Amino acid sequence: MVKTLAQTGTSAMAAAMRQINPDVVAAYPITPQTAIVEEFSQMVADGAVKAELVQVESEHSAMSACIGASAAGSRVMTATSSAGLALMWEVLYVAAGCRTPVIMPMVNRALSAPINIHCDHSDSMGARDAGWIQIFSENAQEAYDNLLQAVRIGEHKDVRLPAMVMMDGFITSHAIERFDILDDGEAAKFVGDYEAINPLLDVDNPVTHGPFDLFDYYFEHKRGQAEAMNHVKDVALKVAQEYAAVSGRQYGLFKTYQLKDAEVAVVVLSSTAGTARTVVNKLRAAGVKAGLLVPRLFRPFPALEIAESLSHLKAIAVMDRSDSFSTLGGPLFIETSHALYDLGKNIPTVDYIFGLGGRDTGPDQIEEVYSDLQDIVNTGKVKELVNYIGVRE
Amino acid sequence: MAERKKGWKELEAGGVIKEAGNSKSYKTGDWRVQRPIFDAEKCSQCMLCVIYCPDASIDVKDGEVVGIDYEHCKGCGICANECPRLALEMKNEAEFRTKKKEKVG
Amino acid sequence: MASLKDIARQKPRLASGHRLCPGCGASIAVNQVLHAINYPVVVTSATGCLEVSTTPFPYTSWEVPFIHSAFENAAATISGVEAAYNSLKRQGKISKDIKFLAFGGDGGTYDIGFQALSGAVERGHDFLYICYDNGAYMNTGIQRSGATPVGAATTTAPPGKESYGKVQRRKDITQIMAAHQIPYTAQASVSYWKDLMRKVEKAMEIEGPKFINVLSPCPRGWRSIDGQSISLAKEAVLSCFWPLYEVEDGNKWKVNVKPREEQKTPVAEWFKKQGRFKHLFKPGNEQVLENIQAEIDDQWQRLLAKEAASPKEQ
Repeated sequence: MVKTLAQTGTSAMAAAMRQINPDVVAAYPITPQTAIVEEFSQMVADGAVKAELVQVESEHSAMSACIGASAAGSRVMTATSSAGLALMWEVLYVAAGCRTPVIMPMVNRALSAPINIHCDHSDSMGARDAGWIQIFSENAQEAYDNLLQAVRIGEHKDVRLPAMVMMDGFITSHAIERFDILDDGEAAKFVGDYEAINPLLDVDNPVTHGPFDLFDYYFEHKRGQAEAMNHVKDVALKVAQEYAAVSGRQYGLFKTYQLKDAEVAVVVLSSTAGTARTVVNKLRAAGVKAGLLVPRLFRPFPALEIAESLSHLKAIAVMDRSDSFSTLGGPLFIETSHALYDLGKNIPTVDYIFGLGGRDTGPDQIEEVYSDLQDIVNTGKVKELVNYIGVRE
Repeated sequence: MAERKKGWKELEAGGVIKEAGNSKSYKTGDWRVQRPIFDAEKCSQCMLCVIYCPDASIDVKDGEVVGIDYEHCKGCGICANECPRLALEMKNEAEFRTKKKEKVG
Repeated sequence: MASLKDIARQKPRLASGHRLCPGCGASIAVNQVLHAINYPVVVTSATGCLEVSTTPFPYTSWEVPFIHSAFENAAATISGVEAAYNSLKRQGKISKDIKFLAFGGDGGTYDIGFQALSGAVERGHDFLYICYDNGAYMNTGIQRSGATPVGAATTTAPPGKESYGKVQRRKDITQIMAAHQIPYTAQASVSYWKDLMRKVEKAMEIEGPKFINVLSPCPRGWRSIDGQSISLAKEAVLSCFWPLYEVEDGNKWKVNVKPREEQKTPVAEWFKKQGRFKHLFKPGNEQVLENIQAEIDDQWQRLLAKEAASPKEQ
């Protein structure tokens, strides 16, 4: 029986956590993730879930405990944001290197300094090289759906990598939206049981996890890890197919809106896609061939598929909710541009860095972006490669 | 002859080592510059050398100390220093190696 | 407690062929600890000499399940393993009685690992934490830690024209752990194997967090002569630099070895056997040695006073 709820994004993720019902959760509070763990803690207190809840004393310890629990042979989850993710940075790499499939809601919030509690993507972008699967969710429904699927993707025997599922801090986490959750039994069946490989708790078959590699083995271990990441795309698509059969909702590597016959398009992650969609509708009504592409899988980056979907366009604007301070633009721009390069088509592609520290970005500003794209198409000239939109000069 | 090192496709994910205690195949005895010589006649079987050896290199058979595992003994000298009966004496390792490079033991 | 003869029959759970230095106190500590545990055990170690030297891929010296994740998180890692065990046991998926053991050097315990340790014991996880204390960051080449004794030479607090080595007082981690009021805290030395093993055995029968700090001489870092690790560990106790004691629930203190007047070694005698203190014997450093001796004597008296003030056994 499908259940429709009107709750916050954090509640949506907590609902998924309840249904995933992990063996261990080790988490530390940080705005705006806090409500997820608070709700889950209440579930533990009420005996509604089986998890052993470890109220660790820092996020570094949260991830460390998750690695220990996962290597021990159990299904493990945690959740964090911003500085918490940053504090975990060292051990994110360890989790990926040890191939422990920890599953983590990650509520996007700006990194200090200055300290800011609102939404931008600098936190998860800062961790993009850690070897984690990264999935973005536009709204509460996607956050719920993605979390369930992330378990199956990360734990897949050809993958065995940890996964973080993003949603925008405050915008999605704290706003109330309508979303449907699966029947508990269906969700449990979809998620399945965790099959531990080389568990520490199998004391009759003692194993050593996390050895010391010299230059003669480290590279091979990392190559193996890269191969696992190579499998994620196909696994994610297969899992999405299975999930569609259970939920009726289709997921892919990314979403497109009015893209097929578009001449100009915006590429943007997460909740801003919702705002962009209303702008596309308005422009289409006025006869502008505007389109939208919203990546879902950011790690691995589905370069081929994204490039193919964009290959017919006359101009593209990528909107980045984080700056990588490379002076080349934000991470989404850099990766999308690279994907487009191999097409050999030289489609003018520009970057708009927006919304840092929770700066609201409205339809007017996105309309400006499309207007700039039309200028590029008409004049054949790109004024600025990297633009900052919505910031006071 | 060195064993061929495994390629990435053959290695266990995460670098997990499944062969517990396989370090025994690594002969740290090569490190020695001095070696303990065991005199069974003097030994009172107190087992202090066993509990003090950092390398589990005191050979014990049927609950009795019978000698030294020269494949692993690093020649630290603790056993000789602690033995109450002086049943272990440190000697120069060179006395036990021929001029040619020979296998430890 | 098992006799040495019984222990000698046991298969070592830390196999030979590890790369720890000849005479390494840490390996002696680990051997003694593992021999004292009559349960299946899962072990974690912080990054450091022990971890690096026992797991150089593709070799491992551990005959028990072992995990290393990072430097500052041995206690957090083992918290996760123990939590998984509790969860799976509660779900009926595991029935064996398994114990949990974390090793950390003084660096990974007093300094960078302290937060995780304090958090883990505050949460009450059922595990034993063993610090193998050799008084410096030995694995990276003898840098000072919070455990380095006053006056010792390390590469980051070397003696020089303006300094006599480490000037700050040693952090008394054992007393800090006792102040957490955990069920069992103790200090031990590899030279007193019976005392150490009795403490480990006792800890294994107690539920909750336990901490034992083990003096583990490092011939390399202490610049001592080969073969002296055990005798140095013994003299450390007899000089009262490293008292052997145990604390139950944070308030019942018991001192295990009380050197008689004639046994109590002046700490300078102990220092003379270690190159890391040799600069203290240059003219001009007499006051430093006096201060060190006075500090040790003072700490010793305070420890005895804590024992005297403890609630007596009923």
